[in-house]
Amino acid sequence: MLQLIFFNVTNGLIIGAFYALMAIGLSLILNLSGVINFAHGGFLVIGGYLAYALTPRLGFWGALIVAPFLTALIGFAVERLLIRRLYGRDPLYSLLLTFGLAFIIEDGTRQIWGANGLPFSVPAALTSPLSYQFFFITGYRMFMVAMVAVVVALLFVLLRYTRIGVRIRAGTLDLETVAALGVNVRALRSLNFAVGIFLAGLAGVLAAGQIGLEPTMGDALLMPSFIAIIVGGVGSLTGTLLGGLLIGVASGLTAVIFPSASEAVIYVMMAIVLLVRPRGLLGEEGMLT
Amino acid sequence: MTAGEYRRVVVLAAIWAALIFAPYWMPVFGGYTALGSRVLVLGLGAMALNFLLGFTGVLSFGHAAWFGLGAYACGLTLKFIIPSTPLGLLAGTLVGGVAGALLGALLVRRRGVYFAMVTIAFGQVFYYIAFQWSSVTGGDDGLRGFARQPLDFSLFQIDLLHSDLAFYYFVLVCFAVVVAVMALILRSPFGRTMIAIRENERRARFLGIPIELHIWIAFTLSCFFMAFAGGLYALLNNFADPRVLHYSLSGDFVIMAVMGGMRMFWGPLLGAVVFVVLQDYLSSLTVNWMSFIGVLIVLIVLFFPRGILGLIRQRRTA
Repeated sequence: MLQLIFFNVTNGLIIGAFYALMAIGLSLILNLSGVINFAHGGFLVIGGYLAYALTPRLGFWGALIVAPFLTALIGFAVERLLIRRLYGRDPLYSLLLTFGLAFIIEDGTRQIWGANGLPFSVPAALTSPLSYQFFFITGYRMFMVAMVAVVVALLFVLLRYTRIGVRIRAGTLDLETVAALGVNVRALRSLNFAVGIFLAGLAGVLAAGQIGLEPTMGDALLMPSFIAIIVGGVGSLTGTLLGGLLIGVASGLTAVIFPSASEAVIYVMMAIVLLVRPRGLLGEEGMLT
Repeated sequence: MTAGEYRRVVVLAAIWAALIFAPYWMPVFGGYTALGSRVLVLGLGAMALNFLLGFTGVLSFGHAAWFGLGAYACGLTLKFIIPSTPLGLLAGTLVGGVAGALLGALLVRRRGVYFAMVTIAFGQVFYYIAFQWSSVTGGDDGLRGFARQPLDFSLFQIDLLHSDLAFYYFVLVCFAVVVAVMALILRSPFGRTMIAIRENERRARFLGIPIELHIWIAFTLSCFFMAFAGGLYALLNNFADPRVLHYSLSGDFVIMAVMGGMRMFWGPLLGAVVFVVLQDYLSSLTVNWMSFIGVLIVLIVLFFPRGILGLIRQRRTA
C-alpha cells in the first residue's frame, strides 16, 4: 500500500510538472496580453509533430532543441498576424480566434500526418528503468521532470534578473505605465507570446516521448493547465507552478483510492479554491478579475 | 405607428412566417425538416447564451455544460423514470438550471477573461462525469434506449417520434414560448438593468444596483433556457453523448451568437441558421470541414465582429 501511494504521488508529481509547463506558458500570455490561448494545446501538438519530422535528420537531441524554437516562431507569426489585432478589444474575440486556430491546427495536423497515432522513439539510454524496485521511475520520466525543472528555473531567473524579464513582470501589473516609460510594448508582447508558445512546443516534444503522437493529444492537457492557473492564482507564475504540481499530486493520490475520479478531482479542487480563496492560492486581489 | 415600429412588426412577421412555413420552403433549397428542427434547437441554445453574453456582457464559455445536462437529464428521465416527453423536458430544464444556479453563485464575482476560464473549466466536469460514469450515462458510446413519446391530450395524441413534421412544430411551439419569455424579461426593468450593467458596470454599481445578484439571476435564467434547449436536443436525436457537454460545443454557441450579431435579439438565431447549415453542408462535402469552420471563425473575429445583423444595422444608420 505504501509503495502504491509512493508510486502514485511520484507519478502525480511527474504529471504535475508537465501540467505546470503547459500552464506557465498559458499564464505568461494571459498575464501580459489578456488572451486565453485556446490554441495552446494545438501548439503543443505542432511541437510534438515537428520533433517527429526532425528526428530522422537531427536525432532526438537536435529535435528536442529545434522543434520548440520552430513552434515559437510559428507562435510569433500568429501573434504578429492575427492576435495582435485584437488587443484592447473584448477578450471574447481573442478567445474565439484561438478557438478557431485550434480547429485549424488539429485539422491541419491530421491532414499532414494522418489521424492515427504515431510512435515517437526516445534514445534507449532514457528508456531503461532506473531501479527494479521502483520500476515505474524510468529514465525518460526523470528526464522530463529534470527538463521542466531546468526550463522553469531558467525562465524564472530571466524574468527576475534580465531587463526584458522585469518589463514583462511590470507589464503584467500595469502595461500602460510600462508603455508610458518608453518600452516597446508591442514587441514585448510578441516576444512574451513566443516564449509561452516555446514552452508549449517543448511540452509537445516531451509528451510525444511519453504517450506518442496524436492530433488531439493537446486536448486532454489543456483543461488541467487552465485549472492549474485558477488554483494557483491568476497573475502569479509561481502560483501556476504550484497549482500544476498540486493538481498532479491530487489526481495521482485519487488514483489510489478511486481511479475513475482521478480526472474529476482536479475540478473539485478548483471548486474548493474558488469557494475558500477566490483569487487562487498565490493570486493577488484585483488581478484580471 | 412610426416607421421604426412598422418596420419591426414587418420583420417579426417575416421571421415567424419563415419559421412556420420552413418545412415547406426548405426542401427547395435542399433542406430537410430534421435540419430545421436542429437549427431551431441550437438557435434557441445560442439565444439562451446570448441572453447572458449579449445583454449582460458576461463572457461564459462553458454553456454547453447546461445544455448537455439538460439533454442527459431529459434522456435519463425518459429512459429510467417516466416515459413522458413534457416531464423529460421539465426534468432536463430543472437539473441544468439548478446546477447552473449553484455554480453561478461561485462565479459571479469573477469577470472577463477569468470568468471565461472558470466557466470553461467547470463545464468540463460534466463532460468527464458523463464520460466516466458509463453504467448510467453509457460513457463514450452515449446514452441510448430512449425515444420521444407521443404527446397525450387525452382526447387525441400527437405522435412526435415518427413524424419529423409534427416534431418540428412541437419544437417551434417550445421555441416560441421560451423566446417570448426571454423577450419579456429583456423588456422588464430587470432586463434594462442587465443592459445597464453591460454598458457600464461601475456606474450601475454607483446607482445602488446589486450587480452580483443581477448577474447571478441572469446567469441562472440563461442556464435554465439553455437546459431546456438541451432537453429538446436529446429529444431531437433520441440520443445524448458526452460531446453535448464538451467545450467545443460551448464555442459553437458563442460563434453562432457572434456571427449573427450579439447585440441583437434575433442575431444568434440567424447565426445558428448559417452555422448549422454550413456545418451540415461542409461535413458532407469534405473531411476538412473543421479547417473551414476554423477559418470562418478567424475571419468573423477579424473582420465582422458585429455579426451579420450588426453589419446590416450599421449600413442602415450610415
